[in-house]
Amino acid sequence: MSQDRLNPEAPIDLSAILQDLDQYRPRRRGWTWRKPVPGLKMGPFTYRDCTEPLEASVPLPPAHYFGGIDPQPTPVITTEIASGRFEDDIRRMRMAAWHGADHIMVIRTAGQSHFDGLIEGTPQGMGGVPITRKQVRAQRKALDMIEDEVGRPINYHSYVSGVAGPDIAVMFAEEGVNGCHQDPQYNVIYRNINMARSFVDACESKKLIAWSGMAQIDGAHNANATARDAWKVMPELMVQHAINSLFSAKVGIPKENICLSTVPPTATPAPCVFMDLPYAVALRDLFAGYRMRAQMNTKYIEASTREATVTHVLNMLISKLTSADIQSTITPDEGRNVPWHIYNLEACDTAKQTLVGLDGLMEMVQLKDQGPLREHARELKERAVLFMEEMLELGGYFAAVEAGFFVDSGNYPERNGDGIVRKLEGGIGAGTIVLREADYLAPVTAHYGNNNIEQYGTDDPASLIGGCTLEAPEKIVYIDELDETDNVNLRMAEVAEFAQPGAGKLRPEMEWLADGTVLVTLFFPTGRKVAEAAALEFGRRMNLTDVEVINREVGHPVEGTRIEIKGKVPFSVDIDSLVIPDDPVVLDEDALRAAIEEKPLRVVCGTVGQDEHSVGLREIIDIKHGGIEKYGIEVHYLGTSVPPEKLVNAAIEMNADAILASTVISHDDTHYKNISRIHQIATEMGVRDRLIFVAGGTQVAPELARQAGADEGFGRGTHGNHVATFLVQRRQELAG
Amino acid sequence: MKRTDDFQARRGHLAGLSDEQLHQRFWQLADQLVDPLLKMGREYTSPAIERSVLLRMGFSSLEARQLAEGCADQQLLGHGAGHVVYRFAKAQGLDIRQAGLKLATGEHWAQARELFTGGAAR
Repeated sequence: MSQDRLNPEAPIDLSAILQDLDQYRPRRRGWTWRKPVPGLKMGPFTYRDCTEPLEASVPLPPAHYFGGIDPQPTPVITTEIASGRFEDDIRRMRMAAWHGADHIMVIRTAGQSHFDGLIEGTPQGMGGVPITRKQVRAQRKALDMIEDEVGRPINYHSYVSGVAGPDIAVMFAEEGVNGCHQDPQYNVIYRNINMARSFVDACESKKLIAWSGMAQIDGAHNANATARDAWKVMPELMVQHAINSLFSAKVGIPKENICLSTVPPTATPAPCVFMDLPYAVALRDLFAGYRMRAQMNTKYIEASTREATVTHVLNMLISKLTSADIQSTITPDEGRNVPWHIYNLEACDTAKQTLVGLDGLMEMVQLKDQGPLREHARELKERAVLFMEEMLELGGYFAAVEAGFFVDSGNYPERNGDGIVRKLEGGIGAGTIVLREADYLAPVTAHYGNNNIEQYGTDDPASLIGGCTLEAPEKIVYIDELDETDNVNLRMAEVAEFAQPGAGKLRPEMEWLADGTVLVTLFFPTGRKVAEAAALEFGRRMNLTDVEVINREVGHPVEGTRIEIKGKVPFSVDIDSLVIPDDPVVLDEDALRAAIEEKPLRVVCGTVGQDEHSVGLREIIDIKHGGIEKYGIEVHYLGTSVPPEKLVNAAIEMNADAILASTVISHDDTHYKNISRIHQIATEMGVRDRLIFVAGGTQVAPELARQAGADEGFGRGTHGNHVATFLVQRRQELAG
Repeated sequence: MKRTDDFQARRGHLAGLSDEQLHQRFWQLADQLVDPLLKMGREYTSPAIERSVLLRMGFSSLEARQLAEGCADQQLLGHGAGHVVYRFAKAQGLDIRQAGLKLATGEHWAQARELFTGGAAR
């Protein structure tokens, strides 16, 4: 599929992805870690914990100050993408890859755990995506192209759980899926699937995971999200990790592919780092050789994306102080809706920003060998040992689950009696396991347990059938669609006029193409209840439909409330009808120098009004920042807080060709008032016609600056060459 | 069950262990917990495992479900659904896929059952 190279300047063609899927074969199996580059040099910096850079990416917003560098931290970075429509998720995956994700995790649709077999085709999902062979192929095929574009392998991941775990494990092994969740305890505790069935099935699933080299993530983190007091289940979490990890290793998965899904259990306003760090240390002590997948806390996530982001940054501080092989990200909007595109990208950026910002930290700091850190870690380990001792006294794992040992909110050995109880004879799939007869045979590769191949005189079971699909993938039977009323073709036809390439219409979206969803932030000088009602009314009067309050934050009980609403815009625009300004023309360095050499140009500049900002203007003028001096322009800098009159007078005295006014303070439109004032004074003094007047500042919009009287305005992102080009061209215009 | 935190009373036998000894104890206990589960996995099979075998033998998910359900109905799952298809193919002189599709019609289970009445093959 590598011949289908993506063009970074063209949208991905989903129709092309869906073509010839029956012929698609994955180009590799197994998990890929990032490649560390100790001492990596990028821009002016040296990094200690970064990895091979990407060939194409979107760097962090301030990167343009440092030559556009985009260093990539050590852990694989996960993003969870599953909007219910896998086709729209493909576009989000491409964006996430550009923002640094190399582990794409697809959440399954609600109810798939209890579906006894593979789902086929491409039905729409709820809270996730129905995982099917066609959907997996399409996304893996797209990711092949995306990973070529960004220049780093992308791990594709979903879930091997439920009553069809082995079916799914086979399909994943065949289709080149690189990672999965697999933990029979998850089936038992959270999906009420029969215990015996879960563990018997898990043996087969894990054998397939081992064969295909997938990384496996366990399900222990769910206890954090479920227990009433998440910080009290730490001993149990270690036991859950131990059971799945050792069970997996004994089936044959290499330890380095067995990942513990571990979450710092608490969140602010708890003193969370003090409580979570000993747990993280204890876990890494006990599970040396296994991998850590650092998940983020979702238990206490609320609707504020800012609050969630800070929690996740604190979680990554724990990752940095201990270790993380995979750094998960949770979208900061998880507390209010199924994640939107923008929050997947924010979460990836949050992880990258935090981990790059903490680069090299452990060369400077060290965790103490004495004191509360080690004491608490030791206590947690002892509590976990006591937990397992009592499990064995009761008769083992099944007996302990029957006794409600798991997800009890007591800090073991404390018990609160609120654990989840499952019975060995109960749950979905109870009574379905069957004892293997003496002649039991499975003529396939990657099969676990008794397999009487000796009766047919061979030591390779699959040789009995001339190789199974794992050796002979041409034997795989591909099903395209089963449901004529619910599939990707129908969904794509509904929004065809919005589909790229070749879209004629445009509508905003958060999850699905043309879903029309928008987010509006409003502030009202009232208490919460009035503000909420007002926000809904304003949303409706903005012509939004389906208006819903998704976040409210109190400024003061009566002085003010911040509200965020979502709604849908019920219209679209024709792309051809849009007026799109041309990119500013920038003359090259030689042309600029030649123009100034031919006819020298003198400017007077300063920051006007009561404004002490100087950095922006110096960037525009100073030769060392690539400013206009570089082209030979003569610059007279008057400093900061320069009165408008002084600027105009100086221009007259020095016989300058141009005035450059920097105006940063934008409160009460001060910046535009300053621009008007300069224009007015120059006009009154009769020099406006012969002076070029340019205004700039971070909040200056070109059009508004021109309305206020400047010849041109320059906002954020302006460089010296933009201003120099304008000065040269404007001078030519004035000269006729 | 409710119980107050009696950690201090219970930890007596662990207090004297070094960290290394405590870690060893942790993994010994884990061993004892998982070994019976692994043994069960070796000795039992399930409809999902048998479907997964049939998938690997070149059947679609729909065909695999039909065949596994048929085997379960015929009390043949303990021999292995793939085994049933394999022996039926040999007996009928068919390739694996033809044999499975023929069984999936539901009309040949009696013949399949006969192939396993004598226990293990020679």
